Amino acid sequence: MADAATAPGGMAAAPGARARAFPTLRQAGGSRAAYALTAPALVLMLLMLIGPLAGVIALSFTDYQLGAPSFAWIGLSNYQEMFADRVFWISLKNTLTYVAVVVPGAVALGLGIALLIQSGTGLRGLYRTIYFLPVMATLIAMAIVWEFMLHPQFGLVNGLLHAAGLQGHSWLQDRATALYALCVIGIWQALGFNMVLFLAGLVSIPKHLYDAAELDGAASAWSRFRLVTWPMLGPVTLFVVVISAIRSFQVFDTVQVLTKGGPSKSSEVLIYTMYAEGFEFFRSGYAAAVTVVFLAFVLSLTLIKSVLGRRDVHYA
Amino acid sequence: MKALGHTRPWSVIRHVLLLAGALVMLTPFIWMLSTASKPQTEIFSSDLHLIPYHFALWDNLRDAFARANLWRYLLNGLIVTVSIFGLQVLVALPAAYAFAKLRFLGRDVLFALVVFCILIPPQATAIPVFLLLHRLGVLDSYAALVLPFTISVFGIFLMRQFFKTVPDDLIDAARMDGISEFGIVWRVMLPTAIPAVTAFGIFSVVAHWNDYFWPLIVLNSEHLQTPPLAVAQFRNNEAGTNYGPLMAAAIVIIAPLVIAFLFAQRRFIEGITLTGVK
Repeated sequence: MADAATAPGGMAAAPGARARAFPTLRQAGGSRAAYALTAPALVLMLLMLIGPLAGVIALSFTDYQLGAPSFAWIGLSNYQEMFADRVFWISLKNTLTYVAVVVPGAVALGLGIALLIQSGTGLRGLYRTIYFLPVMATLIAMAIVWEFMLHPQFGLVNGLLHAAGLQGHSWLQDRATALYALCVIGIWQALGFNMVLFLAGLVSIPKHLYDAAELDGAASAWSRFRLVTWPMLGPVTLFVVVISAIRSFQVFDTVQVLTKGGPSKSSEVLIYTMYAEGFEFFRSGYAAAVTVVFLAFVLSLTLIKSVLGRRDVHYA
Repeated sequence: MKALGHTRPWSVIRHVLLLAGALVMLTPFIWMLSTASKPQTEIFSSDLHLIPYHFALWDNLRDAFARANLWRYLLNGLIVTVSIFGLQVLVALPAAYAFAKLRFLGRDVLFALVVFCILIPPQATAIPVFLLLHRLGVLDSYAALVLPFTISVFGIFLMRQFFKTVPDDLIDAARMDGISEFGIVWRVMLPTAIPAVTAFGIFSVVAHWNDYFWPLIVLNSEHLQTPPLAVAQFRNNEAGTNYGPLMAAAIVIIAPLVIAFLFAQRRFIEGITLTGVK
């Protein structure tokens, strides 16, 4: 993200720019040393990242089941089965719904809070700390706290609703609300992260632009926001949106511990489907096909990010 | 923006809005503390109150430690996160130095490969890595928790960017002194890179202390459980009956990172937002 993009030196810039004192010595000895220095990293990369990535794609064309003595290549059968499976489509739809709720929520709130914090000088550090706290705290532990807060009988949420004369609800046990309850937890957890990215973006907007806008008659806070802040934040915003989307696609912890995809699949999401198929039913081949779908979504988002990231550079 | 900050009414509105939001953000933490401080009878009552009538935090904590071997789980978390970070540094720093400061055939291609690997989400490789560990016979062990994360391509990328800013003269001088390339990594580059390594360390430790997905997949044995797994297990065993001890256990699990965060906020925020990849 921004930090990486701002680090000086493009890929080609530094090394050749200056005449070297010992070019030949450096290259001859340096080359062997370089391979020795990078070898452990490259071997592990092959073993733990590139190999498994190729492996998951290959697996998706097999009927392999964990523990089975052999497997067969079955072409697109896993994909055919998957596309014919109601649960897969529910899972995909739920994942997209989750992304469609959490991303706007966490981005808009993150931006709003960053703007509020930045609009004054008092207690900046304190607010930043408080809003960032959920990002830090172990999500599983906090999910369990949320579960108790959403407890139908003794939970805080229903308690407050009752006090206000409203009807309580079995938030996590009702198929109409379970996914949205998880969305709320997702937004709560993610918005502080986005806030920090927006704060960094706001700080980097040159002050003289506001002065210029004021000279041009942009007197109200809103017109300054519309004419300066928003356009200048554009690249950061797009970046935050993409990152939030990627993270939301990966939603798993809250689902696994709070709803197990239920009730009746109403909160089933892609990674949970993959987990259940691959690690509970040990249908590795089929789970691999689900993973490939997940991967396609996340990688296309990442692609958008890297394109936007490049455009982002000159604002840094 | 600047002009706004100086007007009195706006300053009040700003604080009101931010405090209201902060209250919402803190509610789960407050309610966790409140519930962990209440005896059973107060938890299971329809009368909502924040401050317990009878303060039972110590009882609940004692109960939590009696029901689950929390010290062991905290120790597991420490062992796993420290091992991962240590090995990541050991693997990534030499590679980062080579990519930043040495010229060798295929460097740019290999580095492009590193950058590509940053894009791979950790869930995507879970099945093959699981099968690999199964094959190696190391499932359900510390090795299963640590091995897959010994390679941090993001760490290589980050440290390379940092090393590029280190002046070449420093390295040339070290070579003149007869220090080997390997020695340069640890004796010249590492000392200059402490801030970057710290930021990366916070990023790494937070990510793996909080990780639930991977330990859930590779572990069976209770005595190896990491903190998130342990608290989920605790919840499965006790939910519906013992919320006080459960909330106390949750406090114990999040406490180390939250306390560290409160002491070094700036560094933590810097470290965690280092990447949007995770």
